[in-house]
Amino acid sequence: MSDFSKLKELSIQVRRDIVRMVYNCQSGHPGGSLGCTEFFVALYGNVLKHKPKPFKMDGKGQDMFFLSNGHISPVWYSVLAHTGYFEPKELATFRKINSRLQGHPATHEGLPGIRIASGSLGQGMSAAIGAALAKRLDGDPRWVFVLTGDGELDEGQCWEAIMCAAHHKVDNLIVTVDWNGQQIDGPTEQVMSLGNLPAKWKAFGWDVLILEKGNDLDAVIAMLRKAKRRCGKGKPVVILMKTEMGYGIDFMQGTHKWHGKAPNQEQYESAMGQLGTTSIGDF
Amino acid sequence: MNINDIKSTGTKATRDGFGQGLLEAGRQNPNIVGLTADLMESLQMQHFHKEFPERFFQVGIAEANMIGIAAGLATAGKIPFTGTFANFSTGRVYDQIRQSVAYSHKNVKICASHAGVTLGEDGATHQILEDIGMMRMLPGMVVINPCDYHQTKAATLAIAEYHGPVYLRFGRPAWAMFTENLPFEIGKALLLASGTDVTIFATGHLVWTSIEAAQELAAQGISCEVINIHTIKPLDEAAILDSVSKTRAVVVAEEHQRNGGLGDAIANLLVHKLPVPMEYVGVNDSFGESGKPVELLDKYGLGKKDVVWAVKDVLDRKK
Ligand SMILES: Cc1ncc(C[n+]2csc(CCOP(=O)(O)OP(=O)(O)O)c2C)c(N)n1
Ligand SMILES: [Mg+2]
Repeated sequence: MSDFSKLKELSIQVRRDIVRMVYNCQSGHPGGSLGCTEFFVALYGNVLKHKPKPFKMDGKGQDMFFLSNGHISPVWYSVLAHTGYFEPKELATFRKINSRLQGHPATHEGLPGIRIASGSLGQGMSAAIGAALAKRLDGDPRWVFVLTGDGELDEGQCWEAIMCAAHHKVDNLIVTVDWNGQQIDGPTEQVMSLGNLPAKWKAFGWDVLILEKGNDLDAVIAMLRKAKRRCGKGKPVVILMKTEMGYGIDFMQGTHKWHGKAPNQEQYESAMGQLGTTSIGDF
Repeated sequence: MNINDIKSTGTKATRDGFGQGLLEAGRQNPNIVGLTADLMESLQMQHFHKEFPERFFQVGIAEANMIGIAAGLATAGKIPFTGTFANFSTGRVYDQIRQSVAYSHKNVKICASHAGVTLGEDGATHQILEDIGMMRMLPGMVVINPCDYHQTKAATLAIAEYHGPVYLRFGRPAWAMFTENLPFEIGKALLLASGTDVTIFATGHLVWTSIEAAQELAAQGISCEVINIHTIKPLDEAAILDSVSKTRAVVVAEEHQRNGGLGDAIANLLVHKLPVPMEYVGVNDSFGESGKPVELLDKYGLGKKDVVWAVKDVLDRKK
């Protein structure tokens, strides 16, 4: 099997994990998680230079990733488990009492792979800038990646960070925006229009890449690799990644209604049927 | 009233009481406007939005901006009700509240849902347990934490009539209802059951927990006076001193850090006016975590047995 077909299969398994985790505890956020599956599989499976064990908080000599839109923890936990940070069977504890897999990512319980708590939106880019500046001070040539939601960009702190990263020429930083056009109360266009998003980032001094096919694994890998090549030129790099919320499950796809809702039994069975099985197996 | 006569008439979430109260207040007063930061239905504000779409403002996920806009609306004579989770209603926007609302004495109603550990599975990032402390420290801020659906609805209607900044705190889960025919007045403690051995002062979800504990204690021959302090600021000092001068032992129960909450407010009063043995039922200087609301109440020392133990401890000290 090629590396690529393994990653394809992993993305099916990750989607199964997401649905099962959310179904198990009857809470959590399947929509954004399913939409960002290719991104996480591409990042951890192909792009990041990282060492799961022993997990090092300071990430020295490694690439670092920060999840700003912490509510899509299911996809991150699944990918961390399948890339060696902890045992996949621990996914069964998601959102349950005494678990390391908190509803939103946390360092408090010591889950390997997590470097800072997120969940209160708008804070991840700032932390990523800090980590990128530290790498620069240390002469560490690796990159810092961060994922943020598009609704999340409503937060003023995001734009403080966007302005600051350009000002300080943080060119070892790669931000990806999950540009799914959805948030809790509806489509972003209705809740709070993002306007001309590429033009806004450009005006703030960023190198702007647009990924039309954020649910095409091949395209995501190629784009992340390209973003790395664009680093080191005095500008931070952003990938505006078009995805579909709920991608892969017909009744969840393309609507804000599955932002933070768990399927019932019938919906669960339908979803699992649509995803198909893998040789990796369920947790 | 006798403690054993207090009965629950079913369950509903306190946030539902807010949604209904806001709708009714909106019908009574055209100056009332609503704002949300991408959490309209979580706050049950869709009823108001549906009936008064032109008086409702969706500001996106931008709480700091929301508080500022509310302060401006109040300056121009409107009565804004902002709606988001308690964490994002307080910690996230503390300076905006402090300067633009509290210090400037604006008629803004900061309405905060999903407070405390009963928010459940979302976990500690969302489970604020410090909000009562933060808000009661602000000069001039009224702080109200109603205990059930009916009281939240009544409080929502009452704050619409009151002029000045208010923090209204409520929660996510369905919870026992028992105050339908009881009065609500801002700043007025509500005597739920008379007793002689100890006074339990409780606020929010822990009022029902305290009633259940007092019923269990009554069966063991311990007589608890149960008083609902829905308004933490201004505190009903006269009612508190009156009860404590009779019972001479105090337990305070709240879904909040022991630091800074109702317990500290009452301790502050008693240490000056009437020092007596006192026990806290509250979270002991820790963050919460993901889990089911009732499991979390139990794990973090906010359950019925915790109130029972606190009463027994304080009675030991009273001897
Ligand atoms: C500061 C803050 N305000 C509000 C929320 C509640 N909230 C959680 S997710 C979300 C919507 C996020 O939209 P987006 O970033 O587009 O993520 P998506 O819905 O696409 O997954 C909101 C409002 C929060 N978590 N943090
Ligand atoms: Mg979105």
